[in-house]
Amino acid sequence: MKTVITVIGKDAVGITAKVSAICAQRDANIIDITQSVLKDIFVMVMLTEMADKDNSLKELTNDLKTLSEKSGLDIRVMREEVFNSMHRI
Amino acid sequence: MLNLNDIIETVNMIEQDNLDIRTVTMGISLLDCADADIDKSCKKIYDKIINKAGNLVKTVCEIETEYGIPIINKRISVTPISMLVGVSGGDPVKYAKTLQKAADDTGVNFIGGFSALVHKGFSAGDTELIKAIPRALAETSNICASVNIGSTKSGINMDAVKLMGEIVKESAELTKDKNCIGPAKLVVLCNAPEDNPFMAGAFHGVGEPDCVINVGVSGPGVVQSAIKKCPDGDMGEIAEIIKKTAFKITRMGQLVGNVASKRLGVPFGIVDLSLAPTPAVGDSVARILEEMGLEQCGIHGTTAALAMLNDAVKKGGVMASSSVGGLSGAFIPVSEDAGMIEAAREGTLTIQKLEAMTAVCSVGLDMIVLPGATPTEVISAVIADEAAIGMVNSKTTAVRVIPAIGKEVGEELNFGGLLGSGPVMEINIRKSPKKFIDRGGRIPAPMQSLKN
Repeated sequence: MKTVITVIGKDAVGITAKVSAICAQRDANIIDITQSVLKDIFVMVMLTEMADKDNSLKELTNDLKTLSEKSGLDIRVMREEVFNSMHRI
Repeated sequence: MLNLNDIIETVNMIEQDNLDIRTVTMGISLLDCADADIDKSCKKIYDKIINKAGNLVKTVCEIETEYGIPIINKRISVTPISMLVGVSGGDPVKYAKTLQKAADDTGVNFIGGFSALVHKGFSAGDTELIKAIPRALAETSNICASVNIGSTKSGINMDAVKLMGEIVKESAELTKDKNCIGPAKLVVLCNAPEDNPFMAGAFHGVGEPDCVINVGVSGPGVVQSAIKKCPDGDMGEIAEIIKKTAFKITRMGQLVGNVASKRLGVPFGIVDLSLAPTPAVGDSVARILEEMGLEQCGIHGTTAALAMLNDAVKKGGVMASSSVGGLSGAFIPVSEDAGMIEAAREGTLTIQKLEAMTAVCSVGLDMIVLPGATPTEVISAVIADEAAIGMVNSKTTAVRVIPAIGKEVGEELNFGGLLGSGPVMEINIRKSPKKFIDRGGRIPAPMQSLKN
C-alpha cells in the first residue's frame, strides 16, 4: 500500500533524517519526496510504499506520532487513496 | 507524484478547518426479530445487533487511523421499533433498554430507531411506542427516538401532531434534572428519509436492505475558509467555490463508506451530503453565511444565502458520490452551532426567521430551546407549521425543540458535547392555537402529491 507522510513545522536540523529513519525501521520504501522551507516553516511530503500487512501501517503511524509529540512537528500519515479520491475525477 | 498543493490543502482542511466524517451509521433491519413474546423479541434484537455491528467501532477506528481522516461518530439505525411493538405488545421501554445494552456492548455513540411512522394514521404498536418515548429517553442515554407525522404523499396526521406536542413536553419534564436532555434525542419529522445516518432522526426504513452502511459527511469550516479566500467574488463565484469544496468533502465520505462496507462485508448505502456544524469554533454554518457578507446570521438576507449554500452543497456532492441520500444539505441546529448560538443570544436570530430558513435548508427547527412554560398546543402548532413547509415543498422537515423546564427567555441550557448549549428563545404565545390543534384529524395531501 502507498501512504503519504506530511510533515509541517518549524525548520530544524535532521527532520528528514528522523522521519526517513522511522520509515526504514518499519520497512516503508520512500518512492518520492518533496520538501521546502517557507518563512522558517518546514514542509515535507513523502510518498512511501509498504507491504500490505496487518499492523505495518499502524506501527509506522505510532512511531511518527511519537516523533510528532517529541518534536512539536505536525506529522500525518494518510493512505494515498484519500488524495486520489479527493482531487482526481 | 501527487500534487503538493492538493496534499497540503487536504491536511489543512483536517487540521485547521475541522474536516471530518461526521458519522458512519450501520442500518440494521430488525423485521426478522419480531416475536409475539417481547422477551424473545428483545433477545433476538440484541443478538442481531451484536452479530452485525460487533466489529463496527473497531473497523471504523482502524479506517480512521489508516486514512488519517477523523470519523467522529459510529452509530446504528434500526427498523422503527413500533413495528416490533405491534407484534409483541408489552412495554416498549423494554426495547429501548435492549437497544441501550446493545449500544453499550458495541461501543456505538447512538442507536436510532425508537420510532414510529404515523403520517397517515396509527397502526398497532404506534400509539404505545409514542406514549413510551418520554420514559424511554429518560431511562436510556444513547437511544434516539423519532416520529414521522406527515408526508407530501399522505398529508399531516394532526392527531399525531397534537400528541407529539405533549410528548415533547413530557419528555423534557422527565429529564429536567439532566438539563432536559430527553427532547434533544427526539425529532418529529415530515417526509422522513429511510436512509438518514444522522441522529436523532435516523431509522432503518422497511425498504432498505437487511444491513447497510451509510455515511454522513461534514465540513462547514472547510466551506467557510474556502469562501474567505474569495473576498470580492460575486455570488456565482461563491457558489462555484462551495460546489468544489462539497465535491472534495463528499469524495472523502464516499471513500470511507466504500472501505467500511468492504471490510464489514455489508453493502454500501448512501453518502449524506450534509454540512453538520458543531459548537467548536470554525465548525459553524452560521459563519459561512456571515462570510458571504451578512453581518450576523438571522438578519434579512439569511434565507437567500442559506438557499444558495444548500443548493451548491448538493450540486457539488452529487457528482462525487455513487449514491446520495439521507437529508443532504446544510443543517441549522441552533445549540450546536457557535455562530447561531451567538446570534440567538443577541436576538438577531429568532424562531420566525429560523422557520423561514427551514424552507430552504436540509431539515428544520433543530435544537431550539423554548421557555419551560410553553404550552403543549404551541409546541404542536410549531410542529404543524414545520410539517406543512415540508409537505408542500416535498422536502424533509423536522422539529427538535427542547422546553427548558423552569427556565425563561434569556436563560441558557447546556447539554454539553456535540449537542452544545443554547439560550432559551422567545416564542409567540400571545394568542393560542389550542382550538386548531384540538380539532385533530388529518390535513389532506396537497396537490403536489398527485404526480402520477
